[in-house]
Amino acid sequence: MSMLSFEKRYRVRGGTLIGGDLFDFWVGPFYVGFFGVLTAFFALLGTLLIVWGAAMGPTWNIWQISINPPDLSYGLGFAPLAEGGLWQMITICALGAFVSWALRQAEIARKLGMGLHIPIAFSVAVFAYFTLVVIRPVLLGAWGHGFPYGIMSHLDWVSNTGYQFLHFHYNPAHMLAIAFFFTTALALSLHGGLILSATNPKKGEPVKTPEYEDTFFRDVVGYSIGALGIHRLGLFLALSAAFWSAVCIVISGPFWTQSWPEWWNWWLDLPIWA
Amino acid sequence: MKTMTRKTTTVAALAGAALLMTGCELPIGIETEQTGYRGLGMEQVTKRHLEAMKRSGMEIPEPERPAAAAGPRAGDIYENVKVLGDLNISEFNRLMNAITAWVAPEEGCNYCHTPGNFADEDVYTKIVSRRMLEMTYTINNEWTAHVGETGVTCYTCHMGNPVPENIWYEDSGIKHAGGLAASRMGQNLAGSNVASTSLPNDVFTPFLQGDGPQNIRVTPRTALPMGDNPYNLVDAEWVHGLMIHFSKALGANCTTCHNTNNFPEWQTSPPQRVTAWQGIEMVRALNNQYLNPLQPEYPDYRLGPTGDAPKTNCATCHNGFQLPLDRAQMLKDYPELNRVIHRGDEPAAATSAAAEPAGDAEGEAVEG
Repeated sequence: MSMLSFEKRYRVRGGTLIGGDLFDFWVGPFYVGFFGVLTAFFALLGTLLIVWGAAMGPTWNIWQISINPPDLSYGLGFAPLAEGGLWQMITICALGAFVSWALRQAEIARKLGMGLHIPIAFSVAVFAYFTLVVIRPVLLGAWGHGFPYGIMSHLDWVSNTGYQFLHFHYNPAHMLAIAFFFTTALALSLHGGLILSATNPKKGEPVKTPEYEDTFFRDVVGYSIGALGIHRLGLFLALSAAFWSAVCIVISGPFWTQSWPEWWNWWLDLPIWA
Repeated sequence: MKTMTRKTTTVAALAGAALLMTGCELPIGIETEQTGYRGLGMEQVTKRHLEAMKRSGMEIPEPERPAAAAGPRAGDIYENVKVLGDLNISEFNRLMNAITAWVAPEEGCNYCHTPGNFADEDVYTKIVSRRMLEMTYTINNEWTAHVGETGVTCYTCHMGNPVPENIWYEDSGIKHAGGLAASRMGQNLAGSNVASTSLPNDVFTPFLQGDGPQNIRVTPRTALPMGDNPYNLVDAEWVHGLMIHFSKALGANCTTCHNTNNFPEWQTSPPQRVTAWQGIEMVRALNNQYLNPLQPEYPDYRLGPTGDAPKTNCATCHNGFQLPLDRAQMLKDYPELNRVIHRGDEPAAATSAAAEPAGDAEGEAVEG
């Protein structure tokens, strides 16, 4: 990939969070940086550990390879490699890679003098993963509560963990998370459609200005959130989806052990009619 | 203006979060149990204080002092002894005392007997309890696949109550709006049978009684409900409701019996599922052979809204515990319960022969 002619002037030294000039250079289009090296290290090590685990496992079927966490009996201690220890090391690698990636984003943002919105947004996704494999297992007292690393097996975990609470769709935070995921898709499709419709006029017509975009939505629903507002809304919706996902799983077990449908009995028990 | 908005938002967010938290439990005293291969989420999470609360109302009565080994047969001494005639009078009186403590501790002997004439058959509870003794015998001898060595006594279900706390009647249908809203299909009412879900409420009538109870295993083998696969989503909702009852009745969850990767697959299911399957068969048999046929014996106030007899489901014995009475072994202290003379499946036998001489019960005597 060739560098765009104007990119050069934005490629400045400095702005690093740690290590000064260490790895402060670009390879082709990519900024390397200390955290880029760290990301590559953790990602490669973690992937190789998964391959090692697969080699020890019963199958090379990509759908069925699974690296499982330890038995609950190991509690919050270390497990032998073949009995969940690999999962523990891969989890460390994954978190190392994800956090390094976020910090690399922060360094690039600092170099460019931009806000930290992207690394913060990415951190919410990392937080959701951290909740699944660290916060909830620690609250419940065993690493074995984490989910297995496998294409099919992690779905089994999701299914079984949901059915521990008889009907997971009654989990209020799960409801919010789903609503936010769907609304994110709705907002993105409306926004994408709007921008493409404004920038792809009929042949011979000029590209339409934001005033057209605002007018379109005012005509349709009586209100336009505006060119900047839609991005604030989009970020809010998307981060809320990931945040409530994390909440919905961390409350399942640590903060609620019964069936989720019965959580709603507070409504049935309201003194107004109970 | 802007600070006002910000303040309002903060207060609203804090109040909302506080409200959400009050609906939850504290993350303390957590116990977890793994029920499947590691990492598959087959677990049971419990809280110590909630478990203690569940057990707080439960008392296991001390066993009565053992009866004298020898003595005249109760059937030869007392009149109208039909199912306990083979016990000696010491054993007989021991069991009578135990039953009084288990079933009618406040009402006493007169809950089942006419004062002054214990041979009298006028009190319906005597007829019912006699049949219940036969039922207990059947459970402990023919359903060991479900009750194991622990077995059941009267106390397993009654726990000091003349009528067990968890029984069921057929649903009389629900009062609802007319017109288009008239048909609820028996659902959407936050029923306690189904843990306040919107699933069909009366999940017992179709599955736990009758000659041809509705099939519970409704997982289709074809994509569409056609040919030899008549089942659809509605069938699945009924089954889900029944399964929620199972879980609530046992203080368990779906993964106690199933790897939800594949609900119908026996090979990947925990062994508890086999015990549960036996339990379903047992409950059906008990409702059909013992509880429903007693319907004519009950006074009106003991019948359900449609005039049906009180019946059993999983909660009747389990009362929220995977092992009833939280593993208490009561049957081993009462060998008398296994020496009931079983008179066959027809309850008519229980009522027709009121005037016969003592000890001359029809049917075959069975030694425990």
